[in-house]
Amino acid sequence: MRISLGAVSRPLESLNDKTGTWAVLIPKIDREKCIGCGECYMFCPDGCIEMMQEDRKRFAVVDYDYCKGCGICCEVCPANAIEMVEKVIE
Amino acid sequence: MKVVRGFYAVAYAVKLCKPNVICAYPITPQTEIVENLAEMYANGELENCKYITAESEFEAASILVGASATGARTFTATCSQGLILMSEVLLNAAGMRLPIVIVNTNRALSAPLSIWNDLQDSMMLRDSGIIQMYVEDNQEVHEMIPQAYKIAESTMFPTMVCMDGFKLTHAYEPIDLLDQETVDNFLPPYEPPVKLSIENPLTFGAYAPPNCYMEFRYKMHKDMVNAKKTIENVFKEWAEIKRDWGGLIEFKESKTVLVSLGSIMGTIKEVAREMSLGYLKVRTYRPFPYDEIREVLKDCDNVIVFDRAVSFGYEGVLTIDVRNALYGESPNIYSFIVGLGGRDVPKSLIEDCVSKVLSGKAYRYSFEGLKDFEEVTF
Amino acid sequence: MFFGKGHSACYGCPLPIAVRNVLEALDGRCFVVNPTGCLEVTSSQYGRSAWGVPYIHSTFENGPSVASGIAYALEVLGREDEGHVVVFAGDGATADIGVGYLSSMLHRNDNVLYICLDNEAYQNTGNQQSSQTMLGASTTTTPAGRILPGKTLRRKDMVAFALAHGTPYVATSSIAFPRDLRRKAKRAVEFRGSKYIHVHCPCPTGWHFDPSKTVEVARLAYETALFPIVEFEYGRLVRVKKIKKRRPVEDYLKVQGRFKHLFKHPEGGKLISELQRIADENALRYGLD
Repeated sequence: MRISLGAVSRPLESLNDKTGTWAVLIPKIDREKCIGCGECYMFCPDGCIEMMQEDRKRFAVVDYDYCKGCGICCEVCPANAIEMVEKVIE
Repeated sequence: MKVVRGFYAVAYAVKLCKPNVICAYPITPQTEIVENLAEMYANGELENCKYITAESEFEAASILVGASATGARTFTATCSQGLILMSEVLLNAAGMRLPIVIVNTNRALSAPLSIWNDLQDSMMLRDSGIIQMYVEDNQEVHEMIPQAYKIAESTMFPTMVCMDGFKLTHAYEPIDLLDQETVDNFLPPYEPPVKLSIENPLTFGAYAPPNCYMEFRYKMHKDMVNAKKTIENVFKEWAEIKRDWGGLIEFKESKTVLVSLGSIMGTIKEVAREMSLGYLKVRTYRPFPYDEIREVLKDCDNVIVFDRAVSFGYEGVLTIDVRNALYGESPNIYSFIVGLGGRDVPKSLIEDCVSKVLSGKAYRYSFEGLKDFEEVTF
Repeated sequence: MFFGKGHSACYGCPLPIAVRNVLEALDGRCFVVNPTGCLEVTSSQYGRSAWGVPYIHSTFENGPSVASGIAYALEVLGREDEGHVVVFAGDGATADIGVGYLSSMLHRNDNVLYICLDNEAYQNTGNQQSSQTMLGASTTTTPAGRILPGKTLRRKDMVAFALAHGTPYVATSSIAFPRDLRRKAKRAVEFRGSKYIHVHCPCPTGWHFDPSKTVEVARLAYETALFPIVEFEYGRLVRVKKIKKRRPVEDYLKVQGRFKHLFKHPEGGKLISELQRIADENALRYGLD
């Protein structure tokens, strides 16, 4: 265990904590319907949504390793492109 | 040589150490220290420095926590109520290992309110992880300031230099003032091992759950015990360039030894000289010089401790530590609690106490110098 | 990444929404000071820090003072261009235990952007009331019982508090409008001196509503005029977010579990009327309609 002077902690070590295990429901984004507006990206409390670009179309992608399944993205999507579905654990 | 008051000697020494952020709140008898620094600041004598007026001692300490974490050299002065008010932050700073230098002008605690001198305030923080040094006179405090910075910045602990309020702060003494070159050669600029910076973003003040908190406290304790060596080295280094004040303790041998700390040592040394006794001056109180005190006192017949702080319901604070250091050894240890709330401790009082011990009439501990009084309800 | 994934905030917590948007608006060039609270506890555990920017947590009440200290140190060390000093503090730390120290910082006009993340209670310790708790809310220290109908005191007006110190930039915002918050963060740092932004952060855990509705509840607070979105520069009201069609306060109250007693309690009706009066007063004062 590393014990630092004055309990100074290194940045972004929270990434070791995969909070995706919290999720009961997860967002499924319909890439066809997604208009790439970025609302879900701005609102995600866990910063799990990234805007990607392919063939001049912007769309949102979810990082399920960290997504807690709060459902805010689904609520704010203006294009109704997000559906909350049950998380299937293999 | 200049005849100056204690608070000026402190302010002048602080100026020479080139602090970056000074923040303090007035409280008797420390106020003049910060007034002198404010005047120096207003006259442009403090380079690369910001002097801030805070709205409470708590705030002053908090501002210094932020400044120190960013890599600035800091200074504050306080005592008594102010010290206790800022104690939450000072403990926080000790845990975060920030080398803030504090001058504490020892003053009694309320209630009842007292602005006069005793050691109760700084003794309250003896468990806090703050290095504490006690000075005997104004020349010592003047020379202790650069050493305090060097100790703080080498050990990464907040360091408190304790001087008796009014007795030292307001006393006129001829002081051999230090010069900038000596201090510059002795004290390099502050280079923190870690600091708040954009290029290396670190998290300060994290919280530690039970699985790792104890390791941090163990490290803090271990580092403080090891700090004794660093402190001794700093004292030795200072002895080579300026003056030898002794080490963690100053000791004169005899079968009967008078032990204390602070300005009372002046009177004690005189009594010791006249009655051919020994004395032990504790310069560094935390980390406590356990081994050093045990070594020098173990073969004495009588150890007489003069305390100016009480652990209520128990006994004098320094006495508790001395008794612990001498456990298993043979000396008889007597304790006299004197001089609370600025009550004068004249030579005759010390002599009376010694006579009591030598004639077998002393108790394990007692309050001396009390007047006759009657206990009433109102 | 300025504020990482993997922090342990609740589902649907509004605090990271505010933090992420502010940090991104300022390109992550921020020294963050964060007093004790939900944000601190979920993001700064030793060995699990979610912060990708320099960060310091000291005690509960000294956020503004520590920030002042950093601002002074940066000035003295010639590092002012390195980044902005930003405080993220909860409403308890800002308006209650730390209000004296906030006053001091604002009085000195230190170069600090102070952001109050207002979830209307001491949420970290389990939803105890603070001076920012809305009138009528049921919290664990102002519970709705047979006799008492929840909190019977109004909120402290922190905008007026900041303005009273002559603070150059004072604004309110809400996590319902991240673009507005980003714009205000960017605008605030154009001013030299203290900047105060009060951000409304509805807490699903403490206010008892579904985590997916966080943004909707924030929006309702604005639409009922219970949380006006305003902007002051040098004491002058320069911009408000007008409300197209103002909704009655019941629309906001009925979606939250912390107000549901108001619809049944004998004193409830009086409190709802009082809340509507407060909303009407806000609308009139700031010209929101």
